[in-house]
Amino acid sequence: MKGIQYWGAPLLSVVLLLAFLAIWHAGTRQEAGAQVVDAEYARLVGSAAATGQKSAFPAPADVGRKIWEHLADPFYDKGPNDKGIGIQLAYSIARVLAGYLLAALVAIPIGFLIGMSPLIYRAFDPFIQVLKPISPLAWMPLALFTLQDSGISAIFVIFICSMWPMLINTAFGVASVRREWLNVAKTLEVGPLRKAFRVILPAAAPTIMTGMRISIGIAWLVIVAAEMLVGGTGIGYFVWNEWNNLSIANIISGILAIGLVGMVLDQALARMTRLVTFPE
Amino acid sequence: MSDPLIRVEGIAKRFAARDGSVSTVFENVHFPIEQGEFVCLIGHSGCGKTTILNILAGLEPASDGYVFVGGREIRGPSLDRAVIFQSHALMPWLTALGNIAFAVTSRWPEWDRARVRSHCQKYVDLVNLTGAERKRPAELSGGMKQRVGIARALAIQPKMLLMDEPFSALDALTRGMLQEEALRICAETRQTVFMITHDVDEAILLADKIVLMTNGPEAKIAEIVVNTLPRNRSRHSVHKEPHYYPIRNHLVDFLVSRSKQFNESLPAGYDPKHPPVVTPSLNEAVPAAPVPAPARPAEKAVVVNLRH
Repeated sequence: MKGIQYWGAPLLSVVLLLAFLAIWHAGTRQEAGAQVVDAEYARLVGSAAATGQKSAFPAPADVGRKIWEHLADPFYDKGPNDKGIGIQLAYSIARVLAGYLLAALVAIPIGFLIGMSPLIYRAFDPFIQVLKPISPLAWMPLALFTLQDSGISAIFVIFICSMWPMLINTAFGVASVRREWLNVAKTLEVGPLRKAFRVILPAAAPTIMTGMRISIGIAWLVIVAAEMLVGGTGIGYFVWNEWNNLSIANIISGILAIGLVGMVLDQALARMTRLVTFPE
Repeated sequence: MSDPLIRVEGIAKRFAARDGSVSTVFENVHFPIEQGEFVCLIGHSGCGKTTILNILAGLEPASDGYVFVGGREIRGPSLDRAVIFQSHALMPWLTALGNIAFAVTSRWPEWDRARVRSHCQKYVDLVNLTGAERKRPAELSGGMKQRVGIARALAIQPKMLLMDEPFSALDALTRGMLQEEALRICAETRQTVFMITHDVDEAILLADKIVLMTNGPEAKIAEIVVNTLPRNRSRHSVHKEPHYYPIRNHLVDFLVSRSKQFNESLPAGYDPKHPPVVTPSLNEAVPAAPVPAPARPAEKAVVVNLRH
């Protein structure tokens, strides 16, 4: 009886995946259509385009083959427009981590100060409210103009978009530390630094980590768009480059890689959140 | 008469209401706490009991008046006055031992790990928590959490303990056990204690003096009842003491009716600076009392005005 409970959900997931692949396969089935163009030209544009009315959308098997190719050699480098998907992902992850860690270094201390003092909270609030809803990509031209470097600009965009959830959650977590714990610290004459690190930080840690988890999700969303814009390297550029190459199978491989890496980043933060969460 | 450890002199708490008027929770509160004494404060909710405790702890300023500890005015919280909170207030990310150690290292920052550890262990044993040191508060029952809170307060060896209804959130069985232990620990350590409660039996079991507070707003100290039961009382035998029912009835009478009427008709000669000290005697004619009233002229109570 335990079997169904335990295996039911994963089994259903597999069934759903197979159904999806089957529909995809059925929708893109290649029928050997009559060749309407010259053989030379057909070789140039690919068989799908050459047959005219047939869709160029790849079948699951084509995508599978492409993914296998990528997996077999993920780190090759054959010049600026032809790098392995592993290298491209590494560029993106490095950018995200750089911008994200910089944001954490700035946002968590500031959030701490804001949360400790209602006065500073109210003073900062209008700025946060205005800056928070700005799409990170809107900063891009400004960043390119002032920083004069597309790579650093991409990192800056990650920095600015990871900032707000961490800042707001830290301030909120610090501001809502239970009064009784602060009273304990007061009656024990605990100094301000010790209070900050031994009482407020552990008490606010779950809220801060939740903010960090939201931030890493946003950062990963934004890096793809930013790299499409600045070009050069990264998984976003890879997807855009493959669009220019009209290689739909590569685009799908790239999309899948983006999803998987995003999931891993999110799960890593979720695990860290569990480490600092305390049962009440 | 020697100076008491704590002198509460004319403290008041007032709030400015929205319409600009000032509402007084309590005012003109005077009472002493002697060294080694267990004092209970009883009153209905809303009369400002917790506020008085917070003022004594230094967590809240009084709107008026002063509190002196050993002749010096209270200016803020101090390690000399440990607080046991109603909601135990343990830090859930620390173990039971960690919570106690946090207090101990606050008191003696220069102590090394081993010394802190052995000091904490002494107090863990004192409150009968041996074996549960490594557990986190979430894994402890309500009674055990409160024991950790008591150990944390005692471990810093304060001059006095302040307890804010420490047992009110517990079930009756656990409460009884912890009261008994509080009695034993206070006898062993000769701790000066100020405790807030609304439980008459708890007050009679634990307290040497019971301070009665009238209902708010503008609550006052109505009188101070001296507990004449022998100090080595226990939960099992306290209700068999001859003085038990006179004291209990006196307290219940006060809470049920007199606490409401007190402010309307202040007794003649009432002086808030020296609230009357009352010793409910056997002479009070109480039908439920197991001891028949002796054939003396029936007095309600012996009222003594202590002047220092």
